[in-house]
Amino acid sequence: MIKRDLVIIGGGSAGMAAAIEAKKNGIDDILILEKDGVLGGILNQCIHNGFGLTEFKEELTGPEYLSRFVKQVEELGIEYKLNSLVLDITENKCVTYSNEKDGVVIVEAKAIIFATGCYERSPGAIQLAGDRCSGIITAGTAQKYLNIHGYLVGKRIVILGSGDIGLIMARRMTLEGAKVLCVSEIMPYSNGLNRNIAQCLNDYDIPLYLSRSVLRVEGKSGRVEKVVLAAVDDKMKFIPGTEMEFECDTLLLSVGLIPYVSLLDKLHCEMSSTRGAKVNDQLMTSIPGVFACGNCLHVHDVVDFVTDEGRDAGRGAANYIKGLSEKKKHILVKPGNGVGYVIPQFIETDLNNDITFKFRVRRPVKNVFVNFKSGDALIHKVVKPVLIPSEMVMIKLNKDKLAGLPLDEIEVSLEER
Amino acid sequence: MKELTCIVCPRGCRLTIDDDLKVTGNSCPRGAEYAVNEMTNPKRMITSFMRVKNRENCVVSVKTSTSIPKRMIFQVMEEINKVGVNAPTNIGDIAIKNVLGTGADIVITKNVK
Repeated sequence: MIKRDLVIIGGGSAGMAAAIEAKKNGIDDILILEKDGVLGGILNQCIHNGFGLTEFKEELTGPEYLSRFVKQVEELGIEYKLNSLVLDITENKCVTYSNEKDGVVIVEAKAIIFATGCYERSPGAIQLAGDRCSGIITAGTAQKYLNIHGYLVGKRIVILGSGDIGLIMARRMTLEGAKVLCVSEIMPYSNGLNRNIAQCLNDYDIPLYLSRSVLRVEGKSGRVEKVVLAAVDDKMKFIPGTEMEFECDTLLLSVGLIPYVSLLDKLHCEMSSTRGAKVNDQLMTSIPGVFACGNCLHVHDVVDFVTDEGRDAGRGAANYIKGLSEKKKHILVKPGNGVGYVIPQFIETDLNNDITFKFRVRRPVKNVFVNFKSGDALIHKVVKPVLIPSEMVMIKLNKDKLAGLPLDEIEVSLEER
Repeated sequence: MKELTCIVCPRGCRLTIDDDLKVTGNSCPRGAEYAVNEMTNPKRMITSFMRVKNRENCVVSVKTSTSIPKRMIFQVMEEINKVGVNAPTNIGDIAIKNVLGTGADIVITKNVK
């Protein structure tokens, strides 16, 4: 059996950053396994600009951003295998992968980093009603067809869901000559970044209908012919008499991203409400030596934060391999009022001077306190003028603040001002 | 008085600009500049792709080197779609110089071997 110090599953933004950071922290024996034919993951198809503002203080396109990390991976001599699909992983950290050249190979690793990204919620998962015809496609798939292969999937488009990929695709398809009729969002607010509503919809006079969803798709000919939208009430039930009909040939779905962690299922890892694994302050899952970062941990809105998280996991794995990450405590971090989830879910080591808590609010709020409480004791309080679910919040706490807590528990919650 | 969403970075600040072009709500100087431009001469970056002529089923991504007047977006798209490039391409190669006199170049953003 082949033995490696660190195996990283996924060579996208998170995986490359993790590899680079682990290498810089003294781990030389690293292998990145990437299922695609190139490094870079989803950024390969994100040809729009806006990446790298935190990381490089400039605005890059996806391919430009990823190329800088590919260059570092190559300069540092980090080994990667392309077209290599991981088939299995066991609790004693044996990773089985296969590719055309090596066949089926089992690698025993001292540590594993999951950087497998996320996948798009499907028509079936949202119980889309109506005809099962061609022309119903997820926004990311349409993006791949267009930006990688140069193929426009339709001419008259309705988009369901106002996630960022849907908004970006509304603009892309408009620029390529398609007519985007509208974007429909079931929630009373958009899940995309504000700037994308401004520059992708408003710029091209594409209407955004809130609290509306697809009532049915019609396409008896075998191709989408019509999409019927209707308003929903606060219980997400359709309101009769509010139907709007759109003649179109394509329905694009941008209805959410889900961490891609099917390989973790078998390990019986503790899972979070983000549908990724629960992790500690080193980004280690409940399985010792198995780490997770990037969109397979929780879906991010900005790639710069994915890179940063990848680095944290790379450092975490390096600490683990070097035997530094002994668990000294077990503080449970949980979401309280108004908060959807918090990462990390546990604090177990003293290795970080500052711990960054990442979380999302459940619904848009204005003028709130973010409270960090342990039992009745308030350990930290921050004022936030505006918080929305589509923007991840990051708050840094010095480890001194976490000393001598009354309970082995921290709750992050919102309080009206 | 007009309310705008800043598009300079993913932060998306909510800006207000008054008739004397005084900007509030911005977190950085670039936001103020954006709001003023938006009222006087709105500009946008464009990203798209070009055909790679000497490769089968291959396109390469491109961008404008700087933002172009918003009203010229579709004209510039037409120029981008008119031409193709030959591989190999390198990030930073110029595919069209000073497109339609806007002062912006069309620049390749992907390495194709």
